[in-house]
Amino acid sequence: MTKPRHFHVAGTPVPLVDGLEKVTGRARYTADLTTDDALVGRILRAPRGHARIIRIDTSRAKALEGVRAVVTGADCAQSYGVIPIAMNEYPMARDVLRYRGEPLAAVAAIDAKTAQAALDLIELTLEDLPAVYTAKEARAPDAVQLHPDKQGNLEREVHHSFGDPEAGMAKADLVRDEVFSCAEVNHAQMEPHAALADYDPERGHLTFHSVSQVPFYVHLTLARCLGMEAAQIRVVQPFIGGGFGARTETLNFEIITALLARAAGGKVMMHLTREESFLTHRGRPQTDVALKIGMTDKGKITAVKCEVVMAGGAYAGYGLVTILYAGALLHGIYDIENVKYDGYRVYTNLPPCGAMRGHGTVDVRHAFECLLDRMAHELGLDPFAVRRANLLRAPTFTPNDLMVNSYGLGACLDKVETASNWYNRKGKLPPGRGLGMACSHYVSGAAKPVHWTGEPHAVVSMKLDFDASITVLTGAADIGQGSSTIVAVAAADILSVDMSRIRVIAGDSALTPKDNGSYSSRVTFMVGNAAIEAARALRQKLVLAAAKKLESLPEDIVCEGETFSVKGSAQSMLSFQEVALAALAEEGTITVKGTFTTPIKAQGGKHRGGAVGSTMGFSYGAQVVEVTVDIATGLIRIDKVWAALDCGFAINPLAVEGQIEGSVWMGMGQALSEETRFVNGLAVHANLLDYRVPTMVESPDIEVHIVETIDPLGPFGAKEAGEGALSGFPPALVNAVADAIGLEANFLPMTPDRVLEALIKQRRAAKRKVAS
Amino acid sequence: MKRIVSLNINGKPVEDAIADNLLLIEYLRETRRLTGTKQGCDGGECGACTVLINGRPRLACITLASTCDGAKIETIEGQGEGGRLSALQRAFHENLGTQCGFCTPGMIMASEGLLRQNPDPDDAEIKAALGGNICRCTGYVKIIKSVRAAAQQSAGAA
Repeated sequence: MTKPRHFHVAGTPVPLVDGLEKVTGRARYTADLTTDDALVGRILRAPRGHARIIRIDTSRAKALEGVRAVVTGADCAQSYGVIPIAMNEYPMARDVLRYRGEPLAAVAAIDAKTAQAALDLIELTLEDLPAVYTAKEARAPDAVQLHPDKQGNLEREVHHSFGDPEAGMAKADLVRDEVFSCAEVNHAQMEPHAALADYDPERGHLTFHSVSQVPFYVHLTLARCLGMEAAQIRVVQPFIGGGFGARTETLNFEIITALLARAAGGKVMMHLTREESFLTHRGRPQTDVALKIGMTDKGKITAVKCEVVMAGGAYAGYGLVTILYAGALLHGIYDIENVKYDGYRVYTNLPPCGAMRGHGTVDVRHAFECLLDRMAHELGLDPFAVRRANLLRAPTFTPNDLMVNSYGLGACLDKVETASNWYNRKGKLPPGRGLGMACSHYVSGAAKPVHWTGEPHAVVSMKLDFDASITVLTGAADIGQGSSTIVAVAAADILSVDMSRIRVIAGDSALTPKDNGSYSSRVTFMVGNAAIEAARALRQKLVLAAAKKLESLPEDIVCEGETFSVKGSAQSMLSFQEVALAALAEEGTITVKGTFTTPIKAQGGKHRGGAVGSTMGFSYGAQVVEVTVDIATGLIRIDKVWAALDCGFAINPLAVEGQIEGSVWMGMGQALSEETRFVNGLAVHANLLDYRVPTMVESPDIEVHIVETIDPLGPFGAKEAGEGALSGFPPALVNAVADAIGLEANFLPMTPDRVLEALIKQRRAAKRKVAS
Repeated sequence: MKRIVSLNINGKPVEDAIADNLLLIEYLRETRRLTGTKQGCDGGECGACTVLINGRPRLACITLASTCDGAKIETIEGQGEGGRLSALQRAFHENLGTQCGFCTPGMIMASEGLLRQNPDPDDAEIKAALGGNICRCTGYVKIIKSVRAAAQQSAGAA
């Protein structure tokens, strides 16, 4: 052996470990698992917004040649839902249907044509009920009630008060309040939903592939709804074409596909269309935020009062978590002593909302950062100065007991202020051009999972065998964010081996340890920590074997670049293979595991709902957006974005950049053009032309600045990087538009028609002012 | 009705009886099992199914396979030689022009079509050529970077 080669370590950019499959087309997504023996599944969806189901007659469909199974709500009487206390959904409606597009029945047939023909033969007898499509309609005193146990259509109300909000307001030099209205948005992940279920009636086993971000929750829900033992089910995760929260709970079509497979006694492939993927929804709800802030004339926030109303759609889903997040994450970004929060999550006759990137925080952060800017303007303060007047000092706990161990918001502000040349350009750009800024933050994993079992939050196993290769087993769902790559990097770094020695096997309940899934930006933090612990355990075994072989003490063994040597003596050096075989000689194939458990102190306050928002560490972000606004057309062009994010430590800077760019851009979509639209409950946005995701043409350059604060609990000091930057964009945009044309907009998205209308209103108001 | 259609798919001549109403994407994915070409929408909305027909980027989801008689069709599976990556594939891999990867085959094929017409495109030309290909992960920043990198690499190699 010569000198140790240079090996990859955490902190250097690395392409995705599964990137080769993606660029060559070899990556198999669920819909690519084509097999000739699979039946084709199709779903019959509700043609009304709200109706009593009198009868669903499937006899003609069942009689059609080539039809192998027909199921309806009668075939599954077991409700499900992501939150144990709010399971009020059935895979197919029973008794009452509550939104247009809700599954009512499903068919498995020998081909798509037959399946479609069978759907057309199903006869529905429905009795229309009044429907409510907005939060206002749903909250009206005489409104029809969607769920018998939820009076006033209130899924959950939250009332939190910390400090003394009244006294705080009284101390303020300036108090302002505004109402912001943010449209509902959808994840629009590129891969339409799909599932493949294979039921073996002889064994009574189900093998299930789907697009889920949470294969573990899918596993539990399938067992629950099919009345099977979890041991009879295997959930395998193929490549996943994005998630962004759309797939963080078990979805109705997944259970339906499994029900069909069992009924048919075979294999069923279900491809949802893009329209059906939109109808499955689980997006960010339409949200109204009434916000009041008190501030001293130096810009210090003295109190905040916030009332949030979310139109959540027809079923609970993640709803109560969303409404809790919205209040909890008023904290954790700035130093605010006095906070009052009132949240109302309301049922409506629309597709159910759920979790979406930046879950619960985006619309509230939008309102907050917009109002902060306007108050700064009124007080003659710079927007950066107002943020700096309210910074936290880590380590600390917020009034609602959120733990803050590392805090790089100040550094983020410095970065984007300098990079955008803010001082020399703000307020000095030509007419129609403007600069705006805002801050944001997000959790690095929920400290308490929704399905609480008491187990560690993450487990990673590693196997070292005769070939001296290392197999890493993780249940973490790689949905494109690069979780498998992070796990590989962690193992390579700790073991000081080449990445090519490591294989990551992810997401197969028969092989990999359970993982809660890819949501709340938990994977890098929790699974990363578990991978580090597993790699350390393996390294310890190798060091012991090397010490024995080199007749030295374990503490004197240097493990570097796939070699083992005794400190200070370079002559006797063993290769990785030699040490691996020596270690195997002791005990055979070596398997180790690492776990991660969140510390109790990270698990939030004792108040009701206090666990939501609690995390091991927050990411912090600041961004500056430069715009050009055409006042003749209302069209906004984004010229440039400068985004800084404190991600603790960038384990893979390439992926961190990609995550920040992607989340800023997704915030841009919500801010500029994305919204779901319904006419009498009928989705009229359910395709990628009417649901306007930004194309490359209107997408700006995004300059990313990574800030590292080395969080004491994070893996290598890392925190989350995939969500925190999103919520900074919409307010930075609205603030930039205010700078450009003086329009203070309280709505999202800033579509040209809305901008023009607001401009006309503003001109009329100005005229009236002059006239009076 | 079916008709006999001659195609050249990724350099391989194929003759097949193809139904008049069969879409090219169905033919590629289901008949030929070339599942690298993706369907991301209900027809002509997202660009994920982009393939090259006679060297030009086309949407396989709104093209009837039977209209491709005599055509040269290239898909993601035909890129690169001898198991090695094409310049664009390598650039997308190394620059993280792909995250979830679902739009990637279409994105690479549209980029391939662009670079054959215009080996040294500027950012505006890249945006115009790929404006019909939606990506939901990257914000496009690293996709543009990947296309530029591939163009530079090809220029260096030439």
